[in-house]
Order: sequence, then structure tokens, then C-alpha cells
Amino acid sequence: MQQPPSSHSTRKTVCRNPVMLPVMLIVLFAVQQPVGLSADNDTFAQVLAAQQERIRTIATAAKTSVSIFAGSSGGGSGVLISPDGYALTNFHVVQPAGIAMRCGLNDGKIYDAVLVGLDPTGDLAVIKLLGKDIFPYASIADSDTVSVGDTCYTIGNPFLLATDLQPSVSAGIVSGVHRYQFPAGTLLEYADCLQVDAAINPGNSGGGLFNAGGDLIGINGRASFEKRGRINVGAGYAISANQVRNFLGILKGGHLADHATLAATVATSADGRVVVSDILESSDTWRKGLRIDDEIIEIAGKNVRSVNSFKNILGTLPAGWRIPVVYRREGRPTEIFVELAGVHTPAMLNELMAGRRGKPSAQNKPGNKPKPNPLAPDLKDLPDTIRKFYERRFGYANFFFNRIELERVQRTLEQKKISSEDRESTWRYQGHLEAGGSFTIELNDQSAKISLPTGISRWEQTVADAGLAAEAGFDASPPGSGGMLAALTMWRRLLLKGPKNLGGRITYWGQQPLYSTTTNQLADVLELTTGSCRAKFFVDTFGNVIQVTFFLGSSSTSCDLYFKGLGERGPYWQPTHLTVTNDGGRFATFIFDAGT
Amino acid sequence: MGTITLRNMCCRSRSLEFFVTLTVALLAYCPTSARGGDVTSVSVDAASRVTKLYGAGGIRGLESYQTGILVSSSGHIITVLSTAIDSEAIDCVLDDGRRYTASLIGVDLRRELAVLKIDGDDLPHFKLSTDSPRQAVGTRVLALSNLFGVAVGDERVSVQHGVIAAQVPLRARRGSHEAAYRGDVYILDCTTNNPGSPGGCLVTWQGLFIGMLGKELRSSQNATWLSYAIPANELAIGFEMILRGQTDQALPDQKQSPDFDLQSLGLILVPDLLNLTPPFVEAVTQDTLAAVSGLQIDDLVVAIGDRTVTSQRGLREELSRLIPGDPIQLSVVRNGSIVLIDLGLIPSIAEPVRKK
Repeated sequence: MQQPPSSHSTRKTVCRNPVMLPVMLIVLFAVQQPVGLSADNDTFAQVLAAQQERIRTIATAAKTSVSIFAGSSGGGSGVLISPDGYALTNFHVVQPAGIAMRCGLNDGKIYDAVLVGLDPTGDLAVIKLLGKDIFPYASIADSDTVSVGDTCYTIGNPFLLATDLQPSVSAGIVSGVHRYQFPAGTLLEYADCLQVDAAINPGNSGGGLFNAGGDLIGINGRASFEKRGRINVGAGYAISANQVRNFLGILKGGHLADHATLAATVATSADGRVVVSDILESSDTWRKGLRIDDEIIEIAGKNVRSVNSFKNILGTLPAGWRIPVVYRREGRPTEIFVELAGVHTPAMLNELMAGRRGKPSAQNKPGNKPKPNPLAPDLKDLPDTIRKFYERRFGYANFFFNRIELERVQRTLEQKKISSEDRESTWRYQGHLEAGGSFTIELNDQSAKISLPTGISRWEQTVADAGLAAEAGFDASPPGSGGMLAALTMWRRLLLKGPKNLGGRITYWGQQPLYSTTTNQLADVLELTTGSCRAKFFVDTFGNVIQVTFFLGSSSTSCDLYFKGLGERGPYWQPTHLTVTNDGGRFATFIFDAGT
Repeated sequence: MGTITLRNMCCRSRSLEFFVTLTVALLAYCPTSARGGDVTSVSVDAASRVTKLYGAGGIRGLESYQTGILVSSSGHIITVLSTAIDSEAIDCVLDDGRRYTASLIGVDLRRELAVLKIDGDDLPHFKLSTDSPRQAVGTRVLALSNLFGVAVGDERVSVQHGVIAAQVPLRARRGSHEAAYRGDVYILDCTTNNPGSPGGCLVTWQGLFIGMLGKELRSSQNATWLSYAIPANELAIGFEMILRGQTDQALPDQKQSPDFDLQSLGLILVPDLLNLTPPFVEAVTQDTLAAVSGLQIDDLVVAIGDRTVTSQRGLREELSRLIPGDPIQLSVVRNGSIVLIDLGLIPSIAEPVRKK
């Protein structure tokens, strides 16, 4: 049986709770003899109504609960989060189970399931159930609105008891919010998690934590154990739904996800401030100006009050996100936008996935066959039903699902029709700069030109270049922009040709917050690598490519395009505003004339 | 005897049954709102009157942290008397992150209660009263404590929910240490017997302070871990005496001779002459647990359970933590290799050894 990681040393003790039975008897008597009470009928009706609501909630939530059985490798729980069968569970449940799983729902049926994405550090995994068009699923709530004392339910497969496929339900209250549970090495860190006294036992791992309304507020996965052995003693922990949301896009994209680091450590100063105690000089954080002894005030819009809250905030963020950091030096606050580095290298993650990290490599010993990694199987070892849903690739848990997500985003992009006339013609823009002065921009297949008060820049694809790489001839013009013309050209190509015909390698990156908005809205991100150039395209739910991050070369600084009001006046390639930044510093904001 | 076992609880009088039924049914009349509602506000309010305490300790079974309850606006704190507060400086952290150093004012050996003091003004606190009524069995309660030390800095202590399952005199022990307090306690149906919980606060769902979570002890009768709380009026009596400078003497020494020892297990070691005499087996008494499980002369005991022992004194110390009913396994070195000897469960002295 898959056991949740323990926070404390365990020692086997025979334990029976001597009070449980009497209490159950008490409850029985209470149910049998509700008479002899002089309370009014209204109150009684209220109690019954509350009870009916609880029954309804549990009945609905239980339908979404997945019982995972992995034969001799144990098993655990999961919870469905979409009608097409995507479900959440723990990394530590999936790791021994492997790519192919058998999952039971409380409709009494067993479904095949395949691994989609993994987050070893956050102990999270996404799997997909197969064999049904519409699955029942739970809605993911905003876990920041959860308070201590709230009613909650854990639903799952403790001790793998659900052999009849009916999950166990335990009711309790939220005991604590924003808890931090230390990782083992870099594995299984529970940051900003929820603490509950509803029972979380071995086998509950990966199952849902539901609020009173039946919405998903967390994924159960860990408990404090001590002298009584590995059984619930009233302190269980769930990964917060908001952390799940941050990683969901990346996981659905088949990735082997990594967590973020600022590449800086912090300590509490004598007067209680959280200050930088060390920082890596090769990091983006350093480049953006953070130094030792700076006081960290805010990360990703959240207040940093303690070292714990610093870890809590960062522990819920994926590597690669760009987030605002506010620090104070000599009394003056400064805001910087930092590209978050990963905690691991891809190779380290791969070892974590295989469960080999820190262990001597079996391959090095002569005559020793390496132990097969259940998460990187040979295709021939997979069941027929699963084989066509699996594609092995370094850096991914299952690359097959990256294609699925890429195609989904492609369909979103295709909602935006471009007239054949617009396809052929040069896109012309004109207007004025926020800082003063007028501009014109021209974009077509072979060339781009921008005219600014400071001068004219142009890019042209020569005939000789055309046969070579698509990015040939790109440069960082106009000066100071980091490659605005190249980024605009890439953007135009995506709009016209779609993601698959851009040349180079395009993948689904996952979801990321839009830098330009203050909301928590997440956008789908496509990542293109072509030659030495790299670009990230941010696609909103309507299919607008509203943000582009472009790197001319591997050591270049980023050129970012932030579009506003796309399609509001005229064709959808026509914005009302465009802000261009270079390495986080503003190059210019363009305000477009209508109808150009 | 008052300790709750399943048996005597079930055959308690009909009147208790009726009483319990009535209480539970009455409590069921307080509908719980979906979003925590009252439970949330009661928890948040109570947590502001509870402190996380950090002191000495940190070895197995003796945690270095526990919980305290503020009982005056000027900073008096009651907590459980334990090794954790047997420290020069006791750190005390409130739910808003404020940090104090607490000093020990006095102790009540009989109730195993300690009073600490921090320098503060206008601190939120619970009022103690010697007239606090006892709460009925079936009362719904919230237990707030520094459970497992997971709350740090300005994080609130953990809140667990439960019901008063019984009210009985305490008969509890840990190893050969017998609890000094033998008055009534509330037995709870939620697990509050955890590291950090001692000294935690018990309130009703209406926010009334009714007791303090006790030590990590086991029932003297059936060795189960007890989740119990000392009622508020007892705490008030102890608190007032400590403030008056009186000490209520502990009852006559409750220390019993241990229920078992090496000899009763059938294990005779070489004479313990040195400070660190190695635990070599000199003889094994016939028809004892040691003989039945296969211990042999010249075996060297190196571990008991997962605890390494290097001397006879260490072995005795480890054994003193166990009580009849506990499993006992010894690792011994025999002819250069380690052999695991499973002695099964420790019998009480009266119980004859079953031959395998």
C-alpha cells in the first residue's frame, strides 16, 4: 500500500481508540430517540435540511473520487476534475504504479488510466481516465478563501479499502491554513498547504479534500505520524487547490514540472524583517538588482511576513513563471519582474521521476541490469489500451499529451479568421508614442519596417536566407528593443500560419499569468525554438495572442510585446495599444490610430 | 475503577445513556453553517489566547515544544508541567507573531500544572474561575494546540474538533512514571495525544474555555494513549494556589515498581560492574519469554525495537519506557551476525508464558 510520507519518525504501537465505540453508540441512540425534546420544529427542520445538504454534497463529491489500484505496487486515491477524464493524484501514488493504472469509480466500473504529467517536488500528478465520454468531476475552488474551522471532507481509498469501488468519507474541520511542510531533500514539499482533522490515512493519498459545498479545495497527501504508527492522529495535510491551479496547465501538457526558486535565500533579521542572506550572481534575480540585505516585501502580489511565508509563496510557483518581487533598500521599495529559475536541472528531475535520485546507479555495476523505471517504460510493455496514449520523451512524463494540448490551443487560435485579403497584404500600423512623436510599422512575409522619431529600422529576408532557417537575418532592432521587429514578425507568422508551420520546434509550455494584467488570469503558453531564437506566445481564452516573449539568442535579454485591445477596432491583428519592454525595462508604448 | 475501558463504559447506567442522548440530541440543534461560521470565529478568537511554547527537550518522547494558555491580561500563562519548560528561557509566540521570553512563576505538582509569565499589557486571555461548571458528556469541543509544532511565527495553532466522550478520574502513566493528577478529566474522541498538544486549550463550540489538554500519557489499565483534558475549575484552583505561593503536595509517591523487568522476561545479563557494561546474556531462565523466543547465552543485545543500546544501563532505560502489552523485539549479535529476536508482547507479571 502506498503510504503518505511521514513528518515524524514512526514507531509501531498497537492502538485502539477506546472512546470510538461508546461515541458511536451515543450517536446511534441520538438518532433513535430524537423525541423527548422540547425544541421547536423549525430548528429541527433546519438540522434535517443541513443533514440533507451534507448527504447531497458527499453523494456528489463521491462520484468524482477515483480509487487507484496498482497491484503489488499499492495504490491510492484520485479526484476527477474535468468531464473528459483528467484526474489529480499524488506523485508518490503514481511513481510506483507506473504509466498505466486501473482506476475505480463509485459507478462500480473500473477504467484504464494513463499518466499525463508529474510534479515530483509538489507531489502532484495528473492522470487521464479512459473509456467514457463524460465523467463526473469536481470544480476547483479558490483555496485562499478557506478558513480555519471550515467544514471539510476527505474522500478516498484509505488502506485500499475501496475494493467495492465505494470511497470512504471522513468529515472534519480545517485545522490550519498556509502551513509549510518540509520536503525530503527537494522532494514532496508541501507549501502553503491546508491542515485538516478529517482523517488522512495511507491510501487517502491523491484523493480530494472538499469544502461544505462539495468543491475541491485540496489534494490530500500527507499526515503527521508519530508514536502510533502510520495512522491518522488528527493532523493531515492537503496540497492547496491554488497550487494545483498554478501547475495544472503544465501537467496537462505532459510535462515533468519543476518548482521555482528566486536563487536567493532569506533570513529573519533581528528586527523581524525578511532579508536576503545569499543570492546567486548568475540568476535573473541578481541581474534585476536584488542584493544581500535587501528586505523582501512582496512576491507575486503576496506579503512576505516571515521566512515561512517566503517559502510558502515560492513553493506554490512553477519554474519559468515571471512574477513581480518588491524589495526595500534604504527605505525605498522597488518592484522587479523576475524570471523564476527551476529548483532542478532536467536530468535531476528525470532521476527524481525514476526514484533514483541519490541512489548509486545500477547501470555502473557490471552484470547488473538496471531496474526498470515504471515511469519510462518500453512501449511493448504497456497494455494495448494505453500504448496509443503514451509517448516517451526526455523532460516529459508523457509527451503524447503535449500534442493534445498544442492541438487544443491551435483550435482556439483558429477561432480567429483572417481574410484572404489580409493574408496577402502588408499589415500597416500608425499612431503615436506615449512618450511623444509618431510611428509607423509595416509587417509582411519577407520584411518588417518600423519608423520611429529616433530613426527607421527594417528587417528583410533575402532570397538566400529564405531557403535557410526561418529566423535568418533577425536582429535586435530597433535599437534598445531587444528585437521588436523580429518578435512582431514571429507573432504575425503565428497568426497567419498557426503553430505547426512556423519552422522549428513548438511545444505547449503550460499556463502562466499574463504579466500585463493584475488579475490571476492564466493564459495558455506556446514555446517556439527555432535556430537560436526562442519565443513564448501567450494565448488568451478567446484565441488572442496577446503577449510575446522573444529571445534573439540563448544569452540575449528578452523583448516582450504586450498587446491591448486586439481586434477592438478592425481586424483582430489590430491592437489599440502595444507596450514593448526589453529585459523588463520599458522601450516604448505605442498608441494606434483607429482604422489603419 | 474510573478509567474508561470499553467494557465498563458500555455497562454504565441507563441514566447516563439517557443523559448522553439528550445532550447529543440537543447539540444537534445547533446547525453548522457551511463556511465554518461560528466555528471559524470561535477558533480565531480562542487561538489569540493560546501561545506556542518552545523550551528544552527534543529527545524522543520528550518534545521541546508545547502549548500554553493566556489567563491574564498581564501575561500569566498556564501550561502542563514538563521537561519542555524546565528551561532557563522559554520562548513564547502569540498568534500575531509577537515573541516573548517567559519565566516560570510556580508549579502545582499535584495537577502537574505550571504557571509562566510574560511581560505584556492588554493581552487577550481566558478568565479562570474555580466555579467553572463541568461540561456534560457529549458536549462538542474544539481543541487548540501547537500540534506537531507545524504552526510557526504568526501562524495560528491547530484546531481539532471533537466531543467529550467521558468524564472520569485519570489513571495514566508513561513507562514507569505514574501521572500525579488523579482527579477527573474529560476524555475526548479526537486525538489530542500528540507532540506539542500538552497545554492546549479546550473550548466549547460557543467559545467557552473548559479545560487544558493533558500530557502524552497512556491508560494505566489498558495502555491506550489517552486524549484528555483537565477541567477548567481544577486549573483555576491550581493557578490560585501557585499565585499565593502555596504548593499543593503531590499525592504519596505514585511510582510503582515496574510491571516487568529483565528478570521477569527471563533474561540474565553478565554482572553490571562498569559504567557501560555491554548487555551480554549470561543466562536464560527456562520457560520464560526469553527462552521461548530463542535468546541464547553469550548473545549481545545491540538494539531494542529500532533503538540502539550500548550498555546495560541503556537497555534498562529503554525498557522503562515500555509497559505490558507493548511489542518487544531485540537485535542481538551472535557469532558475528545480527539476529532478530521477537519476544512478542510484554506480558504482565501475573500472566504465565505461553509455550510456543
